[in-house]
Amino acid sequence: MFENLTGRLGGVLDRLRGRGALTERDVTEAMREVRQALLEADVSLEVARAFVEKVTARAVGAEVIRSVTPGQMVAKIVHDELVAVLGSDAKPIDLQATPPVAILMVGLQGSGKTTSTGKIAKRLKERAKKKVLMASLDTRRPAAQEQLAVLGKQVSVDTLPIVEGENAVAITKRALNEARRGGYDVVMLDSAGRVTVDEELMQEAADVAALAKPHEILLVADALTGQDAVNTARAFDAKLAVTGIVLTRVDGDGRGGAALSMRAVTGKPIKLIGTGEKLDALEDFDPSRIASRILGMGDVVGLVEKAAENLDAAKMQATAEKMRKGSFDLSDLRDQLDQMSKMGGLSGLMGMMPGVAKMKNQMANMNIDDGLLKRQKAIIDSMTPGERRNPDILKASRKRRISAGSGAKVEEINRLLKMHRQMADVMKSMRKGKGGGMLAGLGNMLGMGAPGGQMPSQEEIQKLAEKMPDAGKLPAQFPGLSNMPSKFPGLPGLGGVNPLKKK
Amino acid sequence: MSFWKRLTGGLSRSASKLGEGLAKIGMRGADPKTLQEVEDLLISSDIGVETATRIVAALNDGRLGERYEENDFKALIASEVEKVLSKVEQPLDISSHKPFVVLAVGVNGSGKTTTLGKLAAKFHAEGKKVTLGAADTFRAAAIEQLKLWASRTNSSIIAKAQGSDPAGVAFDAMTKAREEDADVLLIDTAGRLQNKEALMGELEKIVRVIKKIDDSAPHAVLLVLDATVGQNALSQVEAFKQTAGVTGLVVTKLDGTAKGGILVAISARHGLPVHFIGVGESVDDLETFSAKDFSRALVGLDESA
Repeated sequence: MFENLTGRLGGVLDRLRGRGALTERDVTEAMREVRQALLEADVSLEVARAFVEKVTARAVGAEVIRSVTPGQMVAKIVHDELVAVLGSDAKPIDLQATPPVAILMVGLQGSGKTTSTGKIAKRLKERAKKKVLMASLDTRRPAAQEQLAVLGKQVSVDTLPIVEGENAVAITKRALNEARRGGYDVVMLDSAGRVTVDEELMQEAADVAALAKPHEILLVADALTGQDAVNTARAFDAKLAVTGIVLTRVDGDGRGGAALSMRAVTGKPIKLIGTGEKLDALEDFDPSRIASRILGMGDVVGLVEKAAENLDAAKMQATAEKMRKGSFDLSDLRDQLDQMSKMGGLSGLMGMMPGVAKMKNQMANMNIDDGLLKRQKAIIDSMTPGERRNPDILKASRKRRISAGSGAKVEEINRLLKMHRQMADVMKSMRKGKGGGMLAGLGNMLGMGAPGGQMPSQEEIQKLAEKMPDAGKLPAQFPGLSNMPSKFPGLPGLGGVNPLKKK
Repeated sequence: MSFWKRLTGGLSRSASKLGEGLAKIGMRGADPKTLQEVEDLLISSDIGVETATRIVAALNDGRLGERYEENDFKALIASEVEKVLSKVEQPLDISSHKPFVVLAVGVNGSGKTTTLGKLAAKFHAEGKKVTLGAADTFRAAAIEQLKLWASRTNSSIIAKAQGSDPAGVAFDAMTKAREEDADVLLIDTAGRLQNKEALMGELEKIVRVIKKIDDSAPHAVLLVLDATVGQNALSQVEAFKQTAGVTGLVVTKLDGTAKGGILVAISARHGLPVHFIGVGESVDDLETFSAKDFSRALVGLDESA
C-alpha cells in the first residue's frame, strides 16, 4: 500500500525542494499535482480538496516564503497535514470494560470481517492473554458460520455452536449468555456483510448493537476501495457509531487512499491493518509512521521494532562479538541472511528505510528480489563446514561442486564471496572504533548515531539522500548498489545483484 | 423485480453522488469552472482522472455552450460513458465447447464463489448440465459454501479437503466434467492479491493443468471485480490478464452505493468484455451487462423509455 502515492508525492515535492525561492504560482502548480496524485490514489474528492486547500493556505503564507529552504518547508507542511488527517496517535483496541467485553464487526460483503475476527481473536488470546469467544451472526451467506468455526479451530479460540435457523439477534443473546456463563473476557460478534442502502439489514446490525452494547464497533474496510469508501464509512458510522476501523488487504498494491478518506470523514481511528492471508498478519496502525512512509521518509521506528521482534538477541550478540574480533565467516553471513528474511526480506526492509522508497521501482526492475536471499543461503548451504569457516580454500573445482549443489552460477558464488570479503574488511576496520551489533549497524546505515527510535531529522535525511544512489537515474548508472555492503555492513544480499541484469 | 429496478434500487434510497452533483450544475452552461466540477464528479465515481478528462474534453467539443435541462445534461454524459462501454457489452456464449470451462479469478472477497453459484443457477435454469470445481482450497469453508450452491442448483461438484492442491482439484473437475458429459464446468479459485507472486504462480499452474486435459480450455476466465474497488482494479486487470489470460469481467455488489465507475476506466484502457453484473444476494441477482443501462444508472438517470 501507499507505494504509488509515495512515488508521486515524492516527485512533486522533490522538484520544490530543489528551488531556492518559491512563488505562489510554484506552490499552486505543485498542489495541483498533489491533488491529482491523491485522486489517483483513491483519496476521495472532498478529502483531497480539503487537504490541498489547507496545505496551500499554509504554504503560500509567510512562514514558507521567508524560510531559507522553502521546498523543505512545503514538504514538512504536507507531512504535518497528512499526519493530521490520519490522526497522530496509534489507538489500539480498547478492552477497558466489564467482561465479557463485546466487539462487533461490521462492513460490506467481502471486506474481510470473518478473517479479521479470527486474527483479532488470536491476537487478544496470545498477546493480551484473554479468553475469547467468537460468534458468527451471518445467517445469509452460505457456510459463513462454518468459516468462523474453522478459523476458531485454527487459532484455538472457542466459537459459539451453530444452531440452524436462528436469527442474528437470537445468536447475539446466546453468545452473550454463553460468554457470561463461560467466564470469557471478550466476545467477538462477526456480523453479516451488508450494503449500507439495505435499511432492513442496517437495522438488524443496530438491534444487535443495542442488545450487546459492544465496547468496540469495528468497521472492516478493504484498502482497495475507491471513492465509495467515504459513503460506506459515513453510513455505518451514522447508523452504528463505529469506534474504529480495521483496514484489510493493506498488503495489496493499492494506494491507500481509502484509509485517508475514511479517517478524514468519520474522525474514527484506524486501529488495525490486515497485512496478509496468514492469521497472524495483523498490525497496529501508527499514523505518523504511515505518513512518513507515504512521503518516502521511511519508517525507522517500524524497522527497529521489527528487528527487535524478529531477531534472535543471543545470535545477534554472538555475531556482534565475531564482528568485533574480525572472525566473521560464511556461517555468520548465513545467519544474517536468515535474519533478514525473517524481517520481511529485502523489499520489506527497504520499504521502511528513509529515502529508499523511491528506489523500490528500480529495484524491482533490477531483479533485487527476495529470491536472492534464498539463493545466497543455498550457496552457503552447499559448502562444507570447513569451506564456510575458511572461504579462501574455495578454488575452481570446489566452486563447480557448490554451483551444482545450489543451482547457482559460479559468478554468483564469486559475487557472494566478494561481498563477504568486503563485509569482513569493513568489520575489521570497525574493530578499533565503536562496537555494536547489527542494530547499531542498521542505525549507522540509516544515518543515525544510535539505534534509538526517533525519526531522522530533515538534515539527516538529506545527508542520507546524498549517500544513497540517485533514484532518478537509470540502472546502468547505478553502481552504488553493487558495492553497497562495503558502505553498509548491516545489509548483505545486495552485493549479489548485477545492476545491468533486468528482469 | 426487473433488473433495472434492482440496479437502481440503491439509487432510489441514496441517489448516486454523480447524479446529485450533475443535477446541481446541469443547466449553467459551459465555463471552465463547470467543466472542472463535472470532471471532479466523474473522478469521484471512480472513473479515474484520465478517462474523466477525456469525457469532459468530448463534452467541451463545442456542444456545451447552451444551457441544458438536467436530464438532457445527464443524458449527454451518459452517452459519452456509453460510447466507452458499448464495445465491451458482450454476453458469454458457452455453446462453442462442451464442456465449456469457466474459471473465476480475482482478489479476496470480490464475490467469486457467489458469482459462480449464481451462474450455476442460471445455466441450470437454461437446462444445461453444470459441474462445479471447488479449487478454492485455502479460505475456511469456501468448499462448503460452493457445496451448498451445488445442492441448491442440482449441480455435481468436485471437491477435496481444505488445503489440498487447487490444480489437482481443477484436474479432477476437468476429468469428471468430461465423463459426465457436462455442458459447462465452473471452477472456483481462492482469492489472491495480484501482487503476490507465489499465489499468482499457483493460479498459473491451475491454468496449465486445465490445458493438459483440454488445450482450448479454460474457455472463459472471468475476473470478478467488486463495484467498490478503486483505481487498483486497473492493476488487478493487468496482473490477472497476464497470469490467467482473463477473457471477461463480472462486476459484483452493484446494489450498494458504489456504482462501479471503475469499469469505464478499465474499458477505456483494456476493452475487456463485461459479461455479467451482480446486483444482490439472491440467486437470480446476476444480470447480463447492458452498456446503456449501466451508463444511465451511473449518472443517476431513470430507465430509458
